Amino acid sequence: MTDFVKPTIDYFELFPLLVVFGAACLGVVVEAFAPRAVRYGAQVLLSLGGLAAATVSVVLIARDSEVYADGAARGILAVGGTIAVDGPTLFLWGLILVLSVAGVLLFAERHLDGGVSAFSGQAAALPGSEAEREASTRGLDHTEVYPLLMFAVFGMLLFPAANDLLTMFVALEILSLPLYLLCGLARRRRLLSQEAALKYFLLGAFSSGFFLYGAALVYGYAGSMDFADINESVRNDAGNSALLLIGMGLLTVGLLFKVGAAPFQAWTPDVYQGAPTPVTAFMSAGTKVAAFGALMRLFYVAFGADRWSWQPMLWVIAILSMLLGAIVAITQSDVKRMLAYSSVAHTGFILTGVLGVQATGDLAVGEVSSLQSVLFYLATYGLVVLGAFAVVSLVRDSGGEVTSLDRWAGLGKESPVVAGVFAFFLLAMAGIPLTSGFVGKIAVFSVALAAGAWPVVVVGILASIIAAFFYIRVIKAMYFDEPVGDGPSVVYPSVLTATAIAFAVAATLMLGVLPGPLLDLAGLAGQFLR
Amino acid sequence: MTEYIVLSAILFTIGCVGVLTRRNAIVVFMCIELMLNACNLALVTFAKQHGNLDGQIAAFFVMVVAAAEVVIGLAIIMTIFRTRRSASVDDASLLKY
Repeated sequence: MTDFVKPTIDYFELFPLLVVFGAACLGVVVEAFAPRAVRYGAQVLLSLGGLAAATVSVVLIARDSEVYADGAARGILAVGGTIAVDGPTLFLWGLILVLSVAGVLLFAERHLDGGVSAFSGQAAALPGSEAEREASTRGLDHTEVYPLLMFAVFGMLLFPAANDLLTMFVALEILSLPLYLLCGLARRRRLLSQEAALKYFLLGAFSSGFFLYGAALVYGYAGSMDFADINESVRNDAGNSALLLIGMGLLTVGLLFKVGAAPFQAWTPDVYQGAPTPVTAFMSAGTKVAAFGALMRLFYVAFGADRWSWQPMLWVIAILSMLLGAIVAITQSDVKRMLAYSSVAHTGFILTGVLGVQATGDLAVGEVSSLQSVLFYLATYGLVVLGAFAVVSLVRDSGGEVTSLDRWAGLGKESPVVAGVFAFFLLAMAGIPLTSGFVGKIAVFSVALAAGAWPVVVVGILASIIAAFFYIRVIKAMYFDEPVGDGPSVVYPSVLTATAIAFAVAATLMLGVLPGPLLDLAGLAGQFLR
Repeated sequence: MTEYIVLSAILFTIGCVGVLTRRNAIVVFMCIELMLNACNLALVTFAKQHGNLDGQIAAFFVMVVAAAEVVIGLAIIMTIFRTRRSASVDDASLLKY
């Protein structure tokens, strides 16, 4: 038995984590002690303040981080090597924090539904009961959603930074548990929302069971949970390789479930459709960013030496995700479900990037590494999907949001601006030039080609063409179809949602026209610290 | 040592099959807990085998996480049961295709 070594806590490098966690805990205290009237304002300010402080500290840490090995990696391993605050982590932290700020703005929107938020007035009241009606006439509002969001953000920040299997498992759960609850808190269509929460919870817990058993088997193989030690064992081929292969497979199942790759995508459309739209927007963007960060760290750092075991598996999954997402999305008649299947296809595109060349030494001048391309793609996709779901929340009738595609016909005449913004996001998802999606796709396809994964790239291009069909079908419906009789109206949002959407539009256009600065920033992030 | 690993694999498989075949959300959830406990057994066995404490500490973390999961899970299953008077996962089928 080894002696216990007291870990040193690097408070400066961990400040973003600590401040987000602190703000979440303070939010719980506010919920307990502040009178109802001030809670909304206090919670929104607290969340935004916490996220802003975390963002500033990420910038400061990135500026001061130490560089190792000719700029290939930077940062430190904190808390006894369990949390890696390196370049990719800092990039993902910044991205997650930006997406979370937009998420808080969407959560705080109260203009769309007549002065109340998108969240249930009293989640414990039965749908259709007297108690529910009373809660809604009194204008009650669950302000607990802000602390829940902050806990989820804490999990998302910890997930890509986790440098051992146990930390990664705990982060996975911290990120998931608040999201399960948030999914079930919709004000309208509560049966769908509760069903979404149940499905997300049961399947999520099931997949984290797989992740944990995988972690146990890999621990059995390597004798340590630490990624560096696992890498050492894999390199020396020490131990029982059956344990390694089964463990790696089970870990992959857990992570692929979180990113929503086929064949583990079954929950995605149901949860995206049933959850309150602000939650869908935040979750679809944030979870994907965090989970891909974790996936890449696990495969590149812990299993990097055993690339030939996991690459074929990811080839198949990338191809399946792209084809299934693109083809099934064609048949969808609901906007949120269509966006959910398109997110499955995008998961496939991002996985294509994960398959690319990793070592900076193997690259020609001007080529991007696979890590760089994936980081860039995550940034572009996160903003686009968040903006698209935010726009969906604006199209409403007296019963709440209208998500049926048939009734979106002629929306361009009803509101040219909103339809135009949505069309822009769809074009960005399709990867049309002058949008960020185009640059992102080029980046991931070129790194995959450089690594010889040309079959995946061919399927990727094919899937992009299929996907363009259903994106453009929506645009055609909005602009060229005659409006149906009971068409929805567009409710103009308050400054909160408007800010989030405007930021997403501006960023998508900026990254499409001028991708250089962000690509440089992703390049500056360097490689994972081992 | 191998016996314990085999036992944990058997427990994990029972849990896994249970999740896929049982229809009551509570029973499905119990099967998930069984899977987590199978993981714990594997973790402590490997800890003994390797002679370090990582696995045993991990088992404690898993217990805490499982407890948190119970809180969230039962809350969600309760709301579903109260609205539908049924905890069957087959009845929760409004969202499809």
